[in-house]
Amino acid sequence: MHVTRGFTGRPRVPNAALPPGQYDAGDDWPVLSAEVTPELTPEEWSFRIDGLVERPHTWNWDEAHALPASAYEGDIHCVTSWSKFGVRFGGVSLDAFLDVVRPHGSATHVVAYAHTGYTTNLPLADVTGGRAWIAWEYDGRPLAPEHGGPARLIVPHLYFWKSAKWIAGLRILDHDEPGFWESNGYHPRGNPWEEQRYSGD
Amino acid sequence: MTETLGTAQPFTPPTRFAVPGRIAVDDQVASEWQAATITEVRRETPRAATFRLAVPVWPGHLPGQHLMVRLRARDGYVAQRHYSIASAPDDTGHIELTLDHVEGGEVSGWFHTVAEPGDTVEVRGPVSGFFAWPGDRPALLLGAGSGVVPLMSMVRHSRARGSDVPLRLLVSARSPEELLYAREYGPETTAVFTRSAPAGVPVGRMSLAHVAPLLAERPPGGWEAYVCGSNGFAEHASRLLVAAGQPVDRIRIERFG
Repeated sequence: MHVTRGFTGRPRVPNAALPPGQYDAGDDWPVLSAEVTPELTPEEWSFRIDGLVERPHTWNWDEAHALPASAYEGDIHCVTSWSKFGVRFGGVSLDAFLDVVRPHGSATHVVAYAHTGYTTNLPLADVTGGRAWIAWEYDGRPLAPEHGGPARLIVPHLYFWKSAKWIAGLRILDHDEPGFWESNGYHPRGNPWEEQRYSGD
Repeated sequence: MTETLGTAQPFTPPTRFAVPGRIAVDDQVASEWQAATITEVRRETPRAATFRLAVPVWPGHLPGQHLMVRLRARDGYVAQRHYSIASAPDDTGHIELTLDHVEGGEVSGWFHTVAEPGDTVEVRGPVSGFFAWPGDRPALLLGAGSGVVPLMSMVRHSRARGSDVPLRLLVSARSPEELLYAREYGPETTAVFTRSAPAGVPVGRMSLAHVAPLLAERPPGGWEAYVCGSNGFAEHASRLLVAAGQPVDRIRIERFG
């Protein structure tokens, strides 16, 4: 282990909620997206699930809002090493959408894609069982465009590049298919607690 | 109605973002930490300095890529950050980082107040192939503040190769004193000052009047645009590009949080 001469780090209290290599961003919420923020209104937004499902379906804004409301309150972790504690997203559990389309037994993975064309892959098990949301509110207010508004995917137990902004759909697959950052060297799964940042971690 | 889509059918994103990554990142170099030695510290502006590092096993990089830096305290506490590489690729085994002294920044604070030649830090990289420019196609670069760092690597690369691939840089700084690499710019660069400017140069934000003429120059095949800076700047500059006619799928953005 290499100790850096004269480095003490900022004053800190041990925080068991902070994954390895992360720091507490406090009130900051950095924006990290590689593409131009789209001008997408709620009226233009839609969300589709297809692929290996019984009944592919597309929801518009009102139809998605008619599903049972569900909120995530907890922490989020970005691969660039900031974490943010006690955030609150409002939306609908992804389970409610998947209940409608009914994935086949052979389904193992999903590719989430955005209205910008951004993509990210996830094991199906990481977006079911109350672990993923389609969110349109942050802290009780509409989600800002630069943070993925009008609606984004939230998968808080994985690094936040998995939580695709401006979510447009999920394609259900029986195999893993790398998305945008995963094709650019990022880890296929991205578990913050195991520091799965880059491919090979 | 049952509609079943086979997995063999490629899925089509609603729009065409996904300018592909320009290069593959080597899994090996991206996952291994090594100790690098600071060999030189150069002041750039009152708030920014350049740190030159000797990296024992440097596989080379492309302009625009970054490096992860990790500092470790005696009690085992570690802090790591991504930093853009400022230097052009060369074969010396050295790379340079230009860092702002961020208020309260624990990593940039260490570099600015403690680090001196001979100190070692852990590094990993280069990483990220998305913002890279190998020098093969016309590039239009828009940067603000320390956002110019990866863009300067591109300018230096172009110069070092004597390249005739068109390259233009629009760089924004608060004042001439805060403009990074001020002495290095040539005719490819236009500087924009937001708070104070030299006599005869207007003060103001980057605008369509700066961007539109560059897009009007349109080289064969069009520009690949690279935007780097704070999120506020990145939002503003990318919207200017779109307004001036640059296709959204040919704009790469790197935002500093």
